[in-house]
Amino acid sequence: MNQSLPRWVDIGLIPLANVLLAFCAAGLIVLAIGADPFAAVKFMLAGALGNSEAIGYTLYYATNYIFTGLAVAVAFHAGLFNIGGEGQATLGGLGAGLAVLALDHTGSALVIVPTAILAAAIFGAAWAAIPAYLQAYRGSHIVITTIMFNFLASALMVYLMVNVLMAPGAVAPESRDFADTAALPLISDWLNALGFHVMESPLNLSLVFALVACALVWFLVWHTPWGYELRLMGFNATAALYAGANPRRIILLAMMLSGALAGFVGVNEILGVHHRLLLDFALGYGFGGIAVALMGRNHPVGIVFAGLLFGVLQQGGTELTFEMPQVTREMVVAIQGLVILFSGALALMSRPWFEWSYWFVGRKLAVRKAASA
Amino acid sequence: MKATARIVGTLVALAALTGASPRPVAPAYVYSMGGKFDRSFSQALYEGAEAFKRQTGIPYVDFEISNETQFEQVYRRFVSRGRDPIIGVGFSQTDAVKRIAKKFPNTRFTLIDGNIDLPNVMSVEFREEEGSFLVGVLAAMASKTGKIGFIGGMDIPLIRRFACGYAQGMKYADSKAVLIQNMAGTTPDAWTNPARGGEIAQQQFDRGVDVVYAAAGSTGSGALQAAADRGKLAIGVDSNQNYMHPGTMLTSMVKRVDLVGAKAAMDAKNGGWKPGHAVLGLKDGGVDWAYDQYNKALITPAMKAKVDQAKADIISGKLKVHDYQSDGRCGV
Repeated sequence: MNQSLPRWVDIGLIPLANVLLAFCAAGLIVLAIGADPFAAVKFMLAGALGNSEAIGYTLYYATNYIFTGLAVAVAFHAGLFNIGGEGQATLGGLGAGLAVLALDHTGSALVIVPTAILAAAIFGAAWAAIPAYLQAYRGSHIVITTIMFNFLASALMVYLMVNVLMAPGAVAPESRDFADTAALPLISDWLNALGFHVMESPLNLSLVFALVACALVWFLVWHTPWGYELRLMGFNATAALYAGANPRRIILLAMMLSGALAGFVGVNEILGVHHRLLLDFALGYGFGGIAVALMGRNHPVGIVFAGLLFGVLQQGGTELTFEMPQVTREMVVAIQGLVILFSGALALMSRPWFEWSYWFVGRKLAVRKAASA
Repeated sequence: MKATARIVGTLVALAALTGASPRPVAPAYVYSMGGKFDRSFSQALYEGAEAFKRQTGIPYVDFEISNETQFEQVYRRFVSRGRDPIIGVGFSQTDAVKRIAKKFPNTRFTLIDGNIDLPNVMSVEFREEEGSFLVGVLAAMASKTGKIGFIGGMDIPLIRRFACGYAQGMKYADSKAVLIQNMAGTTPDAWTNPARGGEIAQQQFDRGVDVVYAAAGSTGSGALQAAADRGKLAIGVDSNQNYMHPGTMLTSMVKRVDLVGAKAAMDAKNGGWKPGHAVLGLKDGGVDWAYDQYNKALITPAMKAKVDQAKADIISGKLKVHDYQSDGRCGV
């Protein structure tokens, strides 16, 4: 049965129900280790949303997930599965970092920050362009090549950090600290300057930038001829070719846009938080973005909400392990995994129940209407 | 314990005398990315924490991070809960500790494997190259093929320091011996992948290596297992891993993170905690080679004599072990 449901059920109620189901399953796990699942939920939500610092961290994590979620979604609309967000984010951070290291002595944030953001986009796009080229012109499967490029990115980064960029005399493979002018402003600083009292968190201007990126992606994919070609390609590549689209060009451009978006994780991390180049700042966000895009149905609005959910899970999970030592960090990963499972792979599992209830309620109403008539 | 006494001695000698009064002590421990049970240095810190709890009955709290941004968050949370002292292990915590220590000057921090110059931070580093030198001497002498192997986690300076000390020890014992080096990977997974460690060890054995030294977190346990399976020799790292495969474990390069971790809390309890910077080598008992009932049979009197001689010479300063991180080169 494939009965049509109202949109609010499809995009609002069903995802919510899926998340609740996931939490029920996770609650059973928490129960199984002898902890109180209700207390766990309380700690998790309070830890993610309970005060200004918690919200700041949640939104900071969400920013990364929005970027990688958008990256996966853009490629997905062209029928491409970009698993390489991790590597593209790493390269994006490298680009941003190199730009700042080269420019921060000039002292003007108005030059440094836009250049660094542009560099992040270019590096991320270039890193995605190679697998895209191999897919478009050589037929190498993009899933395989992008996965391999994650390892290459990591290897390149380790090489550069250890042999080239490491600050002289440092113990850790990290670059020198950037000049203060190169930092993205913290949102907590702004709010405090405006008279609100909020606690410090790593949340920075990148969040605003992520939302702008959402709007741009929405416009580009749904309101331009190029976006139309992109989606056509994703629906039916043969039809797109017949309609006169150039699949190779679309593959290249879609992947480069995707890589640039993933590269912005580097802006949030390197420019926003760490203020120096280091290893492994992109850990997990590239893969998380796949789940975020899946949950968000590849739409920017959905991605923002899914990104928020992942932010809540990550920040709340940290607080949970803090408050309940018997819940380990591995268990938090398991809980996150369950949420992904229920809202991704099993997303349609609960749909028949809703269809049935909708049909049932509708019939009851019709009967009552008939009776009163 | 003798080693404990020596570490205590060094730390006390290093510290300036300020005579702070004892405060209620509520230690917190922050592990590195590898996690609490990495069978390596995070686990050593955990054992230190447990030792402190056993001796004093004072409970502690601890935390395993899952990404590096969390360090600062976790430290901030521990401080706001009144935790003091806070003890962290791993150079990747340096930046977070520096920032938090500046913001909260009344909390005491001990950082292991990093160096911060602040009035409320004690930094402790180890001369891993000295311990690695000794196990390099043993490896070269135990090898029948003249080829010994090294397996690192990631190609980072700290691991090159291990490898470089090991290579110098090998050359010291046998100038013709050959060292084959491999790194387990380029992502943090390299520290937690025993299967990969086993594979690399197998490849090294196929190339003629018969003693392998693994400095790769829990990845190393795969290499130790592979050596046991193939009847080759292996050398453990950080904790004493000799017990894992008696008969094929030649020795372990031990790094006494546990003692430092326990001592930081103990000093805070007794009012003897001081800021400063200590680098613990063979002389201070901070690093050493492990000799116990599990590997006694593998260490011949000639090997023992040679390694004891080298140890004495390093302690007396007659023999200098080059530290890779002092100039970024090894020279062997």
